[in-house]
Amino acid sequence: MRIAVLSGKGGAGKTFIAVNLACVSDDALYIDCDAEEPNGHLFLKPEALKRESVFVSVPEWNQTLCNGCRRCVDFCRYNALAMIKDRLLIFKELCHACGGCMILCPRKALTERPREIGHVENGRSGNVSVLTGYLNPGEVSAVPVIKAVLGRTAERADVVIDCPPGSACTVMESIRDADFCILVAESTVFGVDNLGMVHDLVKLFGKPFGAVISKRIGDEDPAKEFCVRHGIPILAEFPYDRRIAALNSNGTVAVRADARYAKRFRALLSAVKERTR
Amino acid sequence: MKQLLILSGKGGTGKTTVASAFIALSGADAFADCDVDAPNLHLAIGQTSTPERTAFFGFQKARIDPAKCTACGLCERTCRFDAIRNGAVDPLICEGCAVCAEICPAHAIEMVDQTSGNLMLYRDKGRTFSTARLRTGSGASGKLVTAVKRQLIDNASGCWFAIIDGSPGIGCPVIASISGVDLVLVVTEPTVSGIHDMRRILETARKFGTPCSVCINKCDMNPHRVKEIEAGCAEDGVRIAGKIPFDETVPTAMNHGRNIISYPESPAANALTELWGAVKHQLDKGDST
Repeated sequence: MRIAVLSGKGGAGKTFIAVNLACVSDDALYIDCDAEEPNGHLFLKPEALKRESVFVSVPEWNQTLCNGCRRCVDFCRYNALAMIKDRLLIFKELCHACGGCMILCPRKALTERPREIGHVENGRSGNVSVLTGYLNPGEVSAVPVIKAVLGRTAERADVVIDCPPGSACTVMESIRDADFCILVAESTVFGVDNLGMVHDLVKLFGKPFGAVISKRIGDEDPAKEFCVRHGIPILAEFPYDRRIAALNSNGTVAVRADARYAKRFRALLSAVKERTR
Repeated sequence: MKQLLILSGKGGTGKTTVASAFIALSGADAFADCDVDAPNLHLAIGQTSTPERTAFFGFQKARIDPAKCTACGLCERTCRFDAIRNGAVDPLICEGCAVCAEICPAHAIEMVDQTSGNLMLYRDKGRTFSTARLRTGSGASGKLVTAVKRQLIDNASGCWFAIIDGSPGIGCPVIASISGVDLVLVVTEPTVSGIHDMRRILETARKFGTPCSVCINKCDMNPHRVKEIEAGCAEDGVRIAGKIPFDETVPTAMNHGRNIISYPESPAANALTELWGAVKHQLDKGDST
């Protein structure tokens, strides 16, 4: 089963939930799809790492073949091509690698060339296999890295997908093949506003989902109110716990250090499995 | 107009708290929220008036006319994004490249406009606030961020200074927000994740040649990690503009739509006041080192 862990707001506890959930499973693969800022490896500290580069195809220009017709420039929807005098400029960061310019060029003056934009790391942490996507700093789109990391999935009983924050294209790519989505809802007014956005997203994708409420401080629980109002099942609640925050700040996996949390996460995993049955 | 952009790499370190405090402390007349797929600044500053809304069109999407389609399958085979299946375009996957429309021998595919979000502009009390909300299932967040900044600059060109709340990560929306700013303030926290992500956002900003300084939020959570941040920044020549202690008044203020600065007894409010002084000094001097 593939479980995606997402939240609109950053810092709600996606990595905390995803890492600990993977660690209580007997047979788990943890996939970090937050390729812009992957953090799961800081907790899982995977060993026996294997690294594979992620490439995208960008066009390369052959000046001697080009007749300056500009069809490629006029066609490109991403403004990745410009013709200055008789030279073609290629803005690689803007290119979506759709291949259109190469198909259209009547003189075959454009060919594809691979460009590295990130890499995938594969390793092990105890009973958990760990796959991490990394986008190179300065690169615009993590989507090809996410596709690469999800495509390398060696099927295990439980696959836990740690998603990027927000609700844009990187999140959509991360949840596409998920069987269940856990919405991590920070119990603040900010968290609730952003929960509304991911709630809309998982409904649009027609995914089964439930919420985990995190970081409640004091008596007010706006996330719980939202879930009750919208009929979102609450799978677990993890109020703010200063001791866990301290463990987390040092990269310690809570369920490996605290039996109480191990029990709570096993219950969460069961609750998710129950809902997909 | 001088632009201060607040980033963090990791989410939830306190970008919006810092941005809203700076807005109150500086009396800024121009500000923007570039976190278009999880905007919060309007909540933090208690914005209640009605904005001017403009539909924002991102990339067009392909649409197949079934009456003209001959089911030849060429579009399905050619689409690099696998967005076409069984003669229909999945708008959640289509990136709007228009290759299918170009190659279709039956001319059965057209590119159609699609709103990818709403731009919002608040103008009250002499202040200009530009923000947006990405439409669910739309991909073009970087383009929308650029539009938010454009809207701010077009409507507040007379202001000397603007505060921009950014998004987490290092990718497209962040890079779109960095363009043209004078100083990036990176809000980090003393955790392994906060430190790791701070390094990546600093590296990203460096690639665009934008000056950066750092502030450490929740600084009393782990003194050992604070030292690690200080040592790392000293090595890279990045200034630490200030530190903010963990303070439960912050989430309380947030939940009541009140600015943290309106709590005079709050340790975080006092630290933010001091931090603003340091950042303003840096902006005035136009010097980041």
